[in-house]
Amino acid sequence: MANIEELKKKIVELEAKLKVAQGNVGPVREKIDVMSSEVVDSNPYSRLMALKRMGIVDNYEKIRELSVAVVGVGGVGSVTAEMLTRCGIGKLILFDYDKVELANMNRLFFQPHQAGLSKVDAAAGTLQSINPDVAIDAYNYNITTVDNFQNFCDTISTSSLTGGPVDLVLSCVDNFEARMAINTACNELNQRWFESGVSENAVSGHIQFIVPGETACFACAPPLVVASKIDEKTLKREGVCAASLPTTMGIVAGFLVQNTLKYLLNFGNVSHYLGYSALTDFFPTMALKPNPQCDDSFCRQRQTEFKAKPVVELATEVKEDSTPIHADNEWGISLVDENTPEEETSNLKLVDGVQVAYSIPVDNSTPETSSGGAVAASELSLEELMQQMKSM
Amino acid sequence: MVDEGTRKTLSSIPLLKTKAGPRDKELWPTRLKEEYQALIKYVQNNKEADNDWFRLESDKTGTKWFGKCWYVHNLLKYEFDLEFDIPVTYPTTAPELALPGLDGKTAKMYRGGKICLTDHFKPLWARNVPKFGIAHAMALGLGPWLAVEVPELIERGVVKYQEKSDEAK
Repeated sequence: MANIEELKKKIVELEAKLKVAQGNVGPVREKIDVMSSEVVDSNPYSRLMALKRMGIVDNYEKIRELSVAVVGVGGVGSVTAEMLTRCGIGKLILFDYDKVELANMNRLFFQPHQAGLSKVDAAAGTLQSINPDVAIDAYNYNITTVDNFQNFCDTISTSSLTGGPVDLVLSCVDNFEARMAINTACNELNQRWFESGVSENAVSGHIQFIVPGETACFACAPPLVVASKIDEKTLKREGVCAASLPTTMGIVAGFLVQNTLKYLLNFGNVSHYLGYSALTDFFPTMALKPNPQCDDSFCRQRQTEFKAKPVVELATEVKEDSTPIHADNEWGISLVDENTPEEETSNLKLVDGVQVAYSIPVDNSTPETSSGGAVAASELSLEELMQQMKSM
Repeated sequence: MVDEGTRKTLSSIPLLKTKAGPRDKELWPTRLKEEYQALIKYVQNNKEADNDWFRLESDKTGTKWFGKCWYVHNLLKYEFDLEFDIPVTYPTTAPELALPGLDGKTAKMYRGGKICLTDHFKPLWARNVPKFGIAHAMALGLGPWLAVEVPELIERGVVKYQEKSDEAK
Protein backbone atom coordinates (compact mmCIF):
# COMPACT_ATOMS: atom_id res chain seq x y z
CA MET A 1 0.00 0.00 0.00
CA ALA A 2 1.00 3.59 -0.54
CA ASN A 3 2.73 5.35 2.32
CA ILE A 4 1.94 8.85 3.54
CA GLU A 5 4.69 10.43 1.41
CA GLU A 6 3.26 8.91 -1.75
CA LEU A 7 -0.23 10.00 -0.84
CA LYS A 8 0.96 13.57 -0.20
CA LYS A 9 2.64 13.59 -3.60
CA LYS A 10 -0.57 12.33 -5.16
CA ILE A 11 -2.54 15.15 -3.47
CA VAL A 12 -0.17 17.78 -4.88
CA GLU A 13 -0.55 16.26 -8.35
CA LEU A 14 -4.33 16.19 -8.12
CA GLU A 15 -4.50 19.74 -6.81
CA ALA A 16 -2.45 20.89 -9.77
CA LYS A 17 -4.78 19.06 -12.15
CA LEU A 18 -7.79 20.58 -10.43
CA LYS A 19 -6.33 24.06 -10.82
CA VAL A 20 -5.86 23.49 -14.53
CA ALA A 21 -9.38 22.15 -14.83
CA GLN A 22 -10.75 25.18 -13.05
CA GLY A 23 -8.76 27.40 -15.34
CA ASN A 24 -7.26 29.57 -12.64
CA VAL A 25 -3.65 29.12 -13.59
CA GLY A 26 -1.53 31.27 -15.80
CA PRO A 27 -1.04 34.99 -15.72
CA VAL A 28 -3.95 37.04 -14.49
CA ARG A 29 -4.53 40.49 -15.94
CA GLU A 30 -4.34 43.01 -13.08
CA LYS A 31 -6.49 46.10 -12.86
CA ILE A 32 -5.14 49.28 -14.42
CA ASP A 33 -6.09 52.69 -13.02
CA VAL A 34 -5.36 54.99 -15.93
CA MET A 35 -5.23 54.09 -19.63
CA SER A 36 -1.67 54.55 -20.82
CA SER A 37 -0.60 55.12 -24.40
CA GLU A 38 2.85 53.68 -23.71
CA VAL A 39 3.67 51.09 -26.36
CA VAL A 40 4.89 48.11 -24.35
CA ASP A 41 3.94 44.44 -24.51
CA SER A 42 2.30 44.61 -21.11
CA ASN A 43 -0.09 47.48 -21.87
CA PRO A 44 -3.49 46.15 -23.03
CA TYR A 45 -4.58 49.64 -24.10
CA SER A 46 -1.58 50.71 -26.20
CA ARG A 47 -3.16 49.95 -29.58
CA LEU A 48 -6.43 51.60 -28.60
CA MET A 49 -4.72 54.74 -27.34
CA ALA A 50 -2.83 54.79 -30.65
CA LEU A 51 -6.14 55.88 -32.21
CA LYS A 52 -5.54 59.23 -30.55
CA ARG A 53 -2.02 59.60 -31.89
CA MET A 54 -3.29 58.79 -35.35
CA GLY A 55 -5.97 61.45 -35.05
CA ILE A 56 -8.96 59.10 -35.35
CA VAL A 57 -10.33 59.63 -31.85
CA ASP A 58 -9.78 62.75 -29.75
CA ASN A 59 -10.10 61.36 -26.27
CA TYR A 60 -10.13 57.59 -26.28
CA GLU A 61 -9.74 57.30 -22.50
CA LYS A 62 -13.23 58.82 -22.14
CA ILE A 63 -14.50 55.30 -22.81
CA ARG A 64 -13.61 54.46 -19.19
CA GLU A 65 -16.39 56.79 -17.99
CA LEU A 66 -19.08 55.33 -20.26
CA SER A 67 -21.64 52.64 -19.60
CA VAL A 68 -23.50 50.44 -22.07
CA ALA A 69 -26.41 48.04 -21.46
CA VAL A 70 -26.40 44.92 -23.61
CA VAL A 71 -29.83 43.27 -23.73
CA GLY A 72 -29.58 39.68 -24.93
CA VAL A 73 -26.24 37.93 -24.51
CA GLY A 74 -26.53 35.41 -27.34
CA GLY A 75 -24.78 35.14 -30.70
CA VAL A 76 -24.66 38.91 -31.25
CA GLY A 77 -24.78 40.20 -27.65
CA SER A 78 -21.94 38.09 -26.26
CA VAL A 79 -19.57 39.17 -29.05
CA THR A 80 -20.73 42.76 -28.64
CA ALA A 81 -19.98 42.60 -24.91
CA GLU A 82 -16.55 41.06 -25.56
CA MET A 83 -15.63 43.78 -28.07
CA LEU A 84 -16.67 46.54 -25.66
CA THR A 85 -14.79 44.82 -22.84
CA ARG A 86 -11.61 44.64 -24.90
CA CYS A 87 -12.09 48.31 -25.84
CA GLY A 88 -12.07 49.16 -22.14
CA ILE A 89 -15.66 50.34 -21.72
CA GLY A 90 -16.29 51.71 -18.21
CA LYS A 91 -19.31 49.59 -17.39
CA LEU A 92 -21.42 46.88 -18.97
CA ILE A 93 -24.90 45.95 -17.84
CA LEU A 94 -25.95 42.55 -19.19
CA PHE A 95 -29.51 41.21 -19.47
CA ASP A 96 -30.55 37.70 -20.51
CA TYR A 97 -32.64 34.90 -19.03
CA ASP A 98 -31.26 32.04 -21.04
CA LYS A 99 -28.72 29.36 -20.20
CA VAL A 100 -25.67 28.38 -22.24
CA GLU A 101 -26.38 25.23 -24.27
CA LEU A 102 -24.24 23.04 -26.48
CA ALA A 103 -26.56 24.09 -29.31
CA ASN A 104 -25.01 27.58 -28.98
CA MET A 105 -21.53 26.35 -29.91
CA ASN A 106 -21.90 27.23 -33.60
CA ARG A 107 -21.68 30.83 -32.47
CA LEU A 108 -18.75 32.72 -30.92
CA PHE A 109 -17.73 33.48 -27.33
CA PHE A 110 -19.27 30.75 -25.15
CA GLN A 111 -17.40 27.48 -24.57
CA PRO A 112 -18.66 23.95 -24.00
CA HIS A 113 -17.62 23.88 -20.33
CA GLN A 114 -20.04 26.77 -19.68
CA ALA A 115 -23.09 24.74 -20.72
CA GLY A 116 -25.78 24.95 -18.06
CA LEU A 117 -24.61 28.29 -16.63
CA SER A 118 -26.77 31.36 -17.09
CA LYS A 119 -25.54 33.34 -20.10
CA VAL A 120 -25.07 36.52 -18.09
CA ASP A 121 -23.02 34.83 -15.35
CA ALA A 122 -20.91 32.85 -17.81
CA ALA A 123 -20.30 36.00 -19.86
CA ALA A 124 -19.52 38.16 -16.82
CA GLY A 125 -16.90 35.62 -15.69
CA THR A 126 -15.13 35.48 -19.05
CA LEU A 127 -15.33 39.24 -19.63
CA GLN A 128 -14.02 40.04 -16.16
CA SER A 129 -10.96 37.86 -16.74
CA ILE A 130 -10.32 39.48 -20.13
CA ASN A 131 -10.50 42.97 -18.65
CA PRO A 132 -10.93 43.45 -14.89
CA ASP A 133 -11.16 47.22 -15.35
CA VAL A 134 -14.70 46.92 -16.69
CA ALA A 135 -17.50 47.05 -14.12
CA ILE A 136 -20.05 44.38 -15.01
CA ASP A 137 -23.60 44.01 -13.70
CA ALA A 138 -25.57 40.92 -14.70
CA TYR A 139 -29.36 40.57 -14.69
CA ASN A 140 -30.75 37.11 -15.27
CA TYR A 141 -34.39 37.72 -16.17
CA ASN A 142 -36.87 38.15 -19.00
CA ILE A 143 -37.43 41.90 -19.50
CA THR A 144 -40.85 41.48 -21.15
CA THR A 145 -42.77 40.42 -18.04
CA VAL A 146 -44.53 43.06 -15.96
CA ASP A 147 -42.36 42.73 -12.83
CA ASN A 148 -39.04 42.57 -14.61
CA PHE A 149 -39.83 45.37 -17.05
CA GLN A 150 -40.03 47.95 -14.25
CA ASN A 151 -36.73 46.71 -12.85
CA PHE A 152 -35.24 46.89 -16.37
CA CYS A 153 -36.38 50.53 -16.75
CA ASP A 154 -35.04 51.44 -13.30
CA THR A 155 -31.74 49.70 -14.03
CA ILE A 156 -31.00 51.40 -17.34
CA SER A 157 -31.90 54.79 -15.89
CA THR A 158 -29.60 54.45 -12.86
CA SER A 159 -26.69 52.23 -13.92
CA SER A 160 -24.11 54.65 -15.27
CA LEU A 161 -20.86 54.93 -13.31
CA THR A 162 -22.28 58.08 -11.71
CA GLY A 163 -25.71 56.59 -10.98
CA GLY A 164 -27.49 58.21 -13.94
CA PRO A 165 -28.90 56.67 -17.13
CA VAL A 166 -26.60 54.45 -19.18
CA ASP A 167 -24.98 56.10 -22.20
CA LEU A 168 -26.42 53.61 -24.66
CA VAL A 169 -28.63 50.52 -24.77
CA LEU A 170 -27.78 47.82 -27.30
CA SER A 171 -30.56 45.43 -28.26
CA CYS A 172 -29.13 42.05 -29.16
CA VAL A 173 -32.29 40.06 -28.57
CA ASP A 174 -33.73 37.48 -30.94
CA ASN A 175 -37.45 38.19 -30.84
CA PHE A 176 -40.03 40.86 -31.64
CA GLU A 177 -41.52 40.93 -28.12
CA ALA A 178 -38.23 41.83 -26.44
CA ARG A 179 -37.44 44.46 -29.11
CA MET A 180 -40.82 46.09 -28.52
CA ALA A 181 -40.21 46.02 -24.77
CA ILE A 182 -36.85 47.78 -25.20
CA ASN A 183 -38.50 50.26 -27.59
CA THR A 184 -41.24 51.01 -25.05
CA ALA A 185 -38.71 51.52 -22.26
CA CYS A 186 -36.38 53.71 -24.32
CA ASN A 187 -39.19 55.90 -25.66
CA GLU A 188 -40.45 56.45 -22.12
CA LEU A 189 -36.99 57.11 -20.69
CA ASN A 190 -35.83 59.12 -23.73
CA GLN A 191 -32.90 56.73 -23.95
CA ARG A 192 -30.83 56.35 -27.13
CA TRP A 193 -30.37 52.80 -28.29
CA PHE A 194 -29.30 50.54 -31.11
CA GLU A 195 -31.47 47.75 -32.42
CA SER A 196 -29.67 44.83 -34.06
CA GLY A 197 -30.79 41.60 -35.60
CA VAL A 198 -29.95 38.62 -37.73
CA SER A 199 -32.64 36.97 -39.86
CA GLU A 200 -33.88 33.50 -38.96
CA ASN A 201 -32.30 32.13 -42.12
CA ALA A 202 -28.94 33.52 -40.96
CA VAL A 203 -28.09 35.27 -44.24
CA SER A 204 -29.04 38.85 -43.51
CA GLY A 205 -28.86 41.28 -40.63
CA HIS A 206 -29.11 44.92 -39.67
CA ILE A 207 -28.43 47.57 -37.07
CA GLN A 208 -30.59 50.62 -36.44
CA PHE A 209 -29.81 53.69 -34.30
CA ILE A 210 -32.85 54.97 -32.47
CA VAL A 211 -32.88 58.44 -30.97
CA PRO A 212 -36.41 58.87 -29.54
CA GLY A 213 -38.31 61.57 -31.42
CA GLU A 214 -35.49 62.14 -33.89
CA THR A 215 -35.19 58.86 -35.81
CA ALA A 216 -37.84 56.21 -36.45
CA CYS A 217 -38.50 54.08 -33.37
CA PHE A 218 -39.02 50.32 -33.59
CA ALA A 219 -42.81 50.76 -33.50
CA CYS A 220 -42.90 53.48 -36.21
CA ALA A 221 -43.12 50.86 -38.96
CA PRO A 222 -43.46 47.09 -39.28
CA PRO A 223 -40.07 45.38 -38.82
CA LEU A 224 -37.62 46.13 -41.66
CA VAL A 225 -35.98 43.26 -43.46
CA VAL A 226 -33.08 43.19 -45.88
CA ALA A 227 -34.16 41.49 -49.08
CA SER A 228 -32.41 38.15 -49.12
CA LYS A 229 -33.18 37.40 -52.78
CA ILE A 230 -34.59 34.11 -51.61
CA ASP A 231 -38.13 33.33 -52.65
CA GLU A 232 -40.05 32.91 -49.39
CA LYS A 233 -41.89 29.95 -50.91
CA THR A 234 -38.69 28.05 -51.47
CA LEU A 235 -37.46 28.72 -47.93
CA LYS A 236 -37.76 25.40 -46.16
CA ARG A 237 -38.89 25.71 -42.58
CA GLU A 238 -39.75 22.13 -41.91
CA GLY A 239 -38.29 20.83 -38.70
CA VAL A 240 -36.50 24.01 -37.77
CA CYS A 241 -37.25 27.36 -36.19
CA ALA A 242 -34.10 29.29 -36.85
CA ALA A 243 -30.69 28.85 -38.42
CA SER A 244 -27.59 30.74 -37.31
CA LEU A 245 -24.05 31.37 -38.47
CA PRO A 246 -21.13 32.71 -36.41
CA THR A 247 -20.12 34.78 -39.44
CA THR A 248 -23.35 36.76 -39.85
CA MET A 249 -23.63 37.27 -36.11
CA GLY A 250 -20.00 38.35 -35.82
CA ILE A 251 -20.44 40.82 -38.68
CA VAL A 252 -23.59 42.32 -37.16
CA ALA A 253 -21.90 42.55 -33.74
CA GLY A 254 -18.97 44.28 -35.44
CA PHE A 255 -21.27 46.79 -37.14
CA LEU A 256 -23.07 47.37 -33.86
CA VAL A 257 -19.97 48.02 -31.76
CA GLN A 258 -18.28 50.06 -34.50
CA ASN A 259 -21.24 52.44 -34.58
CA THR A 260 -21.43 52.37 -30.79
CA LEU A 261 -17.80 53.50 -30.56
CA LYS A 262 -18.35 56.18 -33.21
CA TYR A 263 -21.34 57.49 -31.28
CA LEU A 264 -19.77 57.30 -27.81
CA LEU A 265 -16.37 58.68 -28.76
CA ASN A 266 -17.67 61.10 -31.37
CA PHE A 267 -15.81 60.15 -34.54
CA GLY A 268 -16.98 59.33 -38.07
CA ASN A 269 -20.66 59.08 -39.04
CA VAL A 270 -23.13 56.98 -37.13
CA SER A 271 -25.45 55.00 -39.44
CA HIS A 272 -29.14 55.25 -38.66
CA TYR A 273 -29.77 52.01 -40.49
CA LEU A 274 -27.22 49.60 -41.87
CA GLY A 275 -28.32 46.36 -43.49
CA TYR A 276 -26.35 43.33 -44.56
CA SER A 277 -27.24 40.74 -47.16
CA ALA A 278 -24.78 37.85 -46.92
CA LEU A 279 -25.71 36.22 -50.23
CA THR A 280 -24.99 39.28 -52.32
CA ASP A 281 -22.58 41.17 -50.02
CA PHE A 282 -24.92 44.11 -50.13
CA PHE A 283 -24.92 46.77 -47.37
CA PRO A 284 -27.81 49.24 -47.69
CA THR A 285 -27.77 52.30 -45.43
CA MET A 286 -30.41 54.95 -44.90
CA ALA A 287 -31.79 57.51 -42.53
CA LEU A 288 -35.23 56.92 -41.04
CA LYS A 289 -37.62 59.64 -39.97
CA PRO A 290 -40.11 58.89 -37.20
CA ASN A 291 -43.73 58.20 -38.05
CA PRO A 292 -45.99 61.06 -36.81
CA GLN A 293 -48.76 58.47 -36.41
CA CYS A 294 -46.58 56.05 -34.46
CA ASP A 295 -48.53 53.69 -32.25
CA ASP A 296 -46.30 54.50 -29.27
CA SER A 297 -47.55 57.64 -27.52
CA PHE A 298 -44.13 58.31 -25.98
CA CYS A 299 -42.58 58.24 -29.47
CA ARG A 300 -45.07 60.89 -30.58
CA GLN A 301 -44.30 62.94 -27.46
CA ARG A 302 -40.54 62.76 -28.14
CA GLN A 303 -41.20 63.85 -31.74
CA THR A 304 -43.01 66.94 -30.49
CA GLU A 305 -40.14 67.69 -28.11
CA PHE A 306 -37.60 67.24 -30.87
CA LYS A 307 -39.48 69.58 -33.21
CA ALA A 308 -39.46 72.24 -30.48
CA LYS A 309 -35.66 72.14 -30.31
CA PRO A 310 -33.58 74.92 -31.96
CA VAL A 311 -33.35 74.66 -35.76
CA VAL A 312 -29.53 74.68 -35.77
CA GLU A 313 -29.43 71.19 -34.38
CA LEU A 314 -31.99 70.03 -36.92
CA ALA A 315 -29.88 71.38 -39.78
CA THR A 316 -26.86 69.28 -38.84
CA GLU A 317 -29.10 66.25 -38.60
CA VAL A 318 -30.45 66.71 -42.11
CA LYS A 319 -26.90 66.90 -43.43
CA GLU A 320 -26.00 63.67 -41.69
CA ASP A 321 -29.16 62.03 -42.95
CA SER A 322 -28.55 62.66 -46.61
CA THR A 323 -25.03 61.25 -46.73
CA PRO A 324 -25.77 57.53 -46.51
CA ILE A 325 -28.50 57.68 -49.18
CA HIS A 326 -26.14 59.11 -51.78
CA ALA A 327 -23.28 56.87 -50.75
CA ASP A 328 -25.54 53.96 -51.39
CA ASN A 329 -26.53 54.99 -54.90
CA GLU A 330 -22.91 55.57 -55.87
CA TRP A 331 -22.37 51.84 -55.78
CA GLY A 332 -25.05 51.39 -58.40
CA ILE A 333 -26.38 48.36 -56.63
CA SER A 334 -29.98 49.42 -56.81
CA LEU A 335 -32.00 47.55 -59.39
CA VAL A 336 -34.87 49.97 -59.56
CA ASP A 337 -34.68 53.31 -61.31
CA GLU A 338 -34.10 56.17 -58.91
CA ASN A 339 -37.15 57.99 -60.25
CA THR A 340 -39.55 55.23 -59.34
CA PRO A 341 -42.51 56.87 -57.63
CA GLU A 342 -42.42 56.39 -53.93
CA GLU A 343 -44.84 54.03 -52.33
CA GLU A 344 -47.59 55.60 -50.38
CA THR A 345 -46.64 53.93 -47.10
CA SER A 346 -46.71 56.98 -44.80
CA ASN A 347 -43.44 58.91 -44.86
CA LEU A 348 -41.30 55.82 -44.62
CA LYS A 349 -38.57 56.20 -47.23
CA LEU A 350 -36.79 52.92 -47.57
CA VAL A 351 -33.64 52.38 -49.55
CA ASP A 352 -33.68 49.70 -52.25
CA GLY A 353 -33.03 46.29 -50.83
CA VAL A 354 -34.84 46.98 -47.57
CA GLN A 355 -38.53 46.35 -47.13
CA VAL A 356 -41.11 46.06 -44.37
CA ALA A 357 -41.76 42.50 -43.18
CA TYR A 358 -45.49 43.00 -43.67
CA SER A 359 -47.95 45.81 -44.24
CA ILE A 360 -50.57 47.05 -41.85
CA PRO A 361 -53.79 48.45 -43.31
CA VAL A 362 -54.37 52.09 -42.49
CA ASP A 363 -58.07 51.50 -42.13
CA ASN A 364 -58.30 48.51 -39.89
CA SER A 365 -61.96 48.78 -39.11
CA THR A 366 -62.62 45.59 -41.04
CA PRO A 367 -60.28 42.87 -39.86
CA GLU A 368 -59.10 40.34 -42.34
CA THR A 369 -60.33 37.18 -40.78
CA SER A 370 -62.77 37.77 -38.01
CA SER A 371 -66.43 38.50 -38.29
CA GLY A 372 -67.63 37.09 -35.01
CA GLY A 373 -68.57 40.50 -33.70
CA ALA A 374 -67.01 42.31 -30.83
CA VAL A 375 -67.34 41.28 -27.24
CA ALA A 376 -70.28 42.90 -25.60
CA ALA A 377 -69.57 44.45 -22.25
CA SER A 378 -70.37 41.75 -19.75
CA GLU A 379 -72.58 42.26 -16.75
CA LEU A 380 -70.40 39.80 -14.90
CA SER A 381 -67.40 40.89 -12.87
CA LEU A 382 -63.89 39.78 -13.73
CA GLU A 383 -63.94 37.34 -10.78
CA GLU A 384 -67.18 35.82 -12.01
CA LEU A 385 -65.78 35.43 -15.51
CA MET A 386 -62.62 33.82 -14.12
CA GLN A 387 -64.79 31.42 -12.14
CA GLN A 388 -66.94 30.63 -15.16
CA MET A 389 -63.86 29.84 -17.26
CA LYS A 390 -62.43 27.72 -14.47
CA SER A 391 -65.57 25.64 -14.11
CA MET A 392 -65.96 24.88 -17.81
CA MET B 1 -52.16 31.61 -45.82
CA VAL B 2 -54.57 30.46 -43.12
CA ASP B 3 -56.50 27.31 -43.93
CA GLU B 4 -60.28 27.36 -44.25
CA GLY B 5 -60.92 25.54 -40.97
CA THR B 6 -58.81 27.94 -38.95
CA ARG B 7 -60.39 30.88 -40.72
CA LYS B 8 -63.85 29.65 -39.79
CA THR B 9 -62.85 29.03 -36.19
CA LEU B 10 -61.29 32.47 -35.96
CA SER B 11 -64.34 34.18 -37.35
CA SER B 12 -66.55 32.82 -34.61
CA ILE B 13 -64.38 34.14 -31.78
CA PRO B 14 -65.55 37.56 -30.60
CA LEU B 15 -63.17 40.42 -31.26
CA LEU B 16 -61.77 42.51 -28.45
CA LYS B 17 -62.06 46.29 -28.23
CA THR B 18 -59.86 47.69 -25.53
CA LYS B 19 -56.28 48.36 -26.44
CA ALA B 20 -54.61 47.96 -23.08
CA GLY B 21 -51.68 46.01 -21.71
CA PRO B 22 -50.88 44.95 -18.16
CA ARG B 23 -49.13 48.26 -17.47
CA ASP B 24 -52.30 50.25 -18.18
CA LYS B 25 -53.58 50.12 -14.64
CA GLU B 26 -57.00 51.54 -15.47
CA LEU B 27 -57.90 49.80 -18.71
CA TRP B 28 -56.26 46.41 -18.18
CA PRO B 29 -59.16 44.99 -16.09
CA THR B 30 -61.53 45.88 -18.96
CA ARG B 31 -59.27 44.17 -21.49
CA LEU B 32 -58.97 41.18 -19.18
CA LYS B 33 -62.75 40.87 -19.00
CA GLU B 34 -62.88 40.90 -22.79
CA GLU B 35 -60.17 38.23 -22.90
CA TYR B 36 -62.19 35.99 -20.59
CA GLN B 37 -65.42 36.57 -22.52
CA ALA B 38 -63.72 35.69 -25.81
CA LEU B 39 -62.10 32.61 -24.28
CA ILE B 40 -65.37 31.41 -22.73
CA LYS B 41 -67.12 31.82 -26.07
CA TYR B 42 -64.32 29.99 -27.88
CA VAL B 43 -64.40 27.07 -25.45
CA GLN B 44 -68.19 26.93 -25.78
CA ASN B 45 -67.85 26.89 -29.58
CA ASN B 46 -65.30 24.10 -29.33
CA LYS B 47 -67.55 22.06 -27.07
CA GLU B 48 -70.47 22.48 -29.44
CA ALA B 49 -68.30 21.40 -32.36
CA ASP B 50 -67.10 18.42 -30.30
CA ASN B 51 -63.61 19.83 -30.55
CA ASP B 52 -62.87 20.85 -26.97
CA TRP B 53 -59.09 21.07 -26.76
CA PHE B 54 -57.86 23.34 -23.97
CA ARG B 55 -58.48 24.90 -20.58
CA LEU B 56 -56.85 28.09 -19.38
CA GLU B 57 -56.83 30.18 -16.25
CA SER B 58 -54.83 33.14 -15.04
CA ASP B 59 -53.57 34.55 -11.80
CA LYS B 60 -55.43 37.54 -10.34
CA THR B 61 -53.38 40.06 -12.31
CA GLY B 62 -54.19 38.31 -15.58
CA THR B 63 -50.52 38.34 -16.56
CA LYS B 64 -49.65 34.72 -15.81
CA TRP B 65 -51.69 32.07 -17.59
CA PHE B 66 -51.60 28.33 -17.23
CA GLY B 67 -53.70 25.37 -18.20
CA LYS B 68 -53.82 22.26 -20.30
CA CYS B 69 -54.31 21.48 -23.94
CA TRP B 70 -54.81 18.12 -25.52
CA TYR B 71 -54.76 16.43 -28.86
CA VAL B 72 -56.46 13.23 -29.90
CA HIS B 73 -54.45 10.96 -32.15
CA ASN B 74 -55.63 7.45 -33.10
CA LEU B 75 -58.36 7.67 -30.47
CA LEU B 76 -55.86 8.36 -27.69
CA LYS B 77 -55.77 11.67 -25.86
CA TYR B 78 -52.39 13.30 -25.35
CA GLU B 79 -52.36 16.11 -22.81
CA PHE B 80 -49.82 18.88 -22.32
CA ASP B 81 -49.30 21.63 -19.75
CA LEU B 82 -49.58 25.08 -21.25
CA GLU B 83 -48.28 28.35 -19.82
CA PHE B 84 -47.42 31.89 -20.87
CA ASP B 85 -46.94 35.41 -19.56
CA ILE B 86 -48.65 38.46 -20.94
CA PRO B 87 -45.75 40.68 -22.08
CA VAL B 88 -45.66 44.39 -21.20
CA THR B 89 -46.08 45.17 -24.90
CA TYR B 90 -49.36 43.20 -25.17
CA PRO B 91 -51.55 43.41 -27.23
CA THR B 92 -49.14 44.93 -29.76
CA THR B 93 -47.14 41.73 -29.46
CA ALA B 94 -48.84 38.35 -29.08
CA PRO B 95 -48.32 36.15 -26.03
CA GLU B 96 -45.61 33.52 -26.48
CA LEU B 97 -47.41 30.26 -25.82
CA ALA B 98 -45.25 27.58 -24.21
CA LEU B 99 -45.54 23.83 -23.67
CA PRO B 100 -42.68 23.33 -21.19
CA GLY B 101 -43.15 19.56 -21.16
CA LEU B 102 -42.08 19.37 -24.78
CA ASP B 103 -39.02 21.60 -24.40
CA GLY B 104 -36.08 20.00 -26.13
CA LYS B 105 -38.22 17.37 -27.84
CA THR B 106 -38.89 19.20 -31.07
CA ALA B 107 -36.99 21.67 -33.19
CA LYS B 108 -40.19 23.66 -33.71
CA MET B 109 -39.69 25.37 -30.39
CA TYR B 110 -37.72 28.16 -28.86
CA ARG B 111 -36.17 27.95 -25.40
CA GLY B 112 -38.46 27.14 -22.53
CA GLY B 113 -40.92 25.32 -24.78
CA LYS B 114 -42.23 28.39 -26.59
CA ILE B 115 -43.85 27.19 -29.78
CA CYS B 116 -42.43 28.27 -33.11
CA LEU B 117 -45.18 29.95 -35.09
CA THR B 118 -45.49 30.21 -38.84
CA ASP B 119 -44.54 33.29 -40.83
CA HIS B 120 -48.23 34.05 -41.15
CA PHE B 121 -48.97 34.44 -37.47
CA LYS B 122 -47.14 37.68 -36.71
CA PRO B 123 -48.35 39.70 -39.71
CA LEU B 124 -51.90 38.53 -39.08
CA TRP B 125 -51.63 39.43 -35.41
CA ALA B 126 -50.10 42.84 -36.22
CA ARG B 127 -52.90 43.62 -38.66
CA ASN B 128 -55.50 42.83 -36.02
CA VAL B 129 -54.20 44.73 -32.99
CA PRO B 130 -56.04 45.17 -30.63
CA LYS B 131 -58.91 42.99 -31.85
CA PHE B 132 -57.13 39.69 -31.42
CA GLY B 133 -56.71 38.27 -27.94
CA ILE B 134 -55.56 35.13 -26.20
CA ALA B 135 -58.37 33.06 -27.76
CA HIS B 136 -57.20 34.08 -31.24
CA ALA B 137 -53.59 33.23 -30.36
CA MET B 138 -54.79 29.79 -29.29
CA ALA B 139 -56.83 29.24 -32.46
CA LEU B 140 -54.29 30.64 -34.85
CA GLY B 141 -51.09 29.60 -33.10
CA LEU B 142 -51.33 26.64 -30.78
CA GLY B 143 -54.15 24.77 -32.52
CA PRO B 144 -52.39 24.40 -35.88
CA TRP B 145 -49.07 23.76 -34.13
CA LEU B 146 -50.47 20.80 -32.19
CA ALA B 147 -52.11 19.40 -35.32
CA VAL B 148 -48.78 19.35 -37.15
CA GLU B 149 -46.32 18.58 -34.39
CA VAL B 150 -48.06 16.13 -32.07
CA PRO B 151 -48.59 13.32 -34.63
CA GLU B 152 -44.96 13.71 -35.61
CA LEU B 153 -43.80 13.60 -31.98
CA ILE B 154 -45.86 10.45 -31.39
CA GLU B 155 -44.51 8.84 -34.53
CA ARG B 156 -40.95 9.53 -33.44
CA GLY B 157 -41.76 7.97 -30.06
CA VAL B 158 -40.82 11.16 -28.22
CA VAL B 159 -44.33 11.55 -26.85
CA LYS B 160 -45.94 8.46 -25.37
CA TYR B 161 -49.53 7.86 -24.34
CA GLN B 162 -50.04 8.02 -20.58
CA GLU B 163 -52.98 6.68 -18.66
CA LYS B 164 -54.56 9.43 -16.62
CA SER B 165 -53.58 8.21 -13.19
CA ASP B 166 -53.71 11.57 -11.45
CA GLU B 167 -57.26 12.49 -12.30
CA ALA B 168 -58.57 9.05 -11.45
CA LYS B 169 -58.09 9.75 -7.77
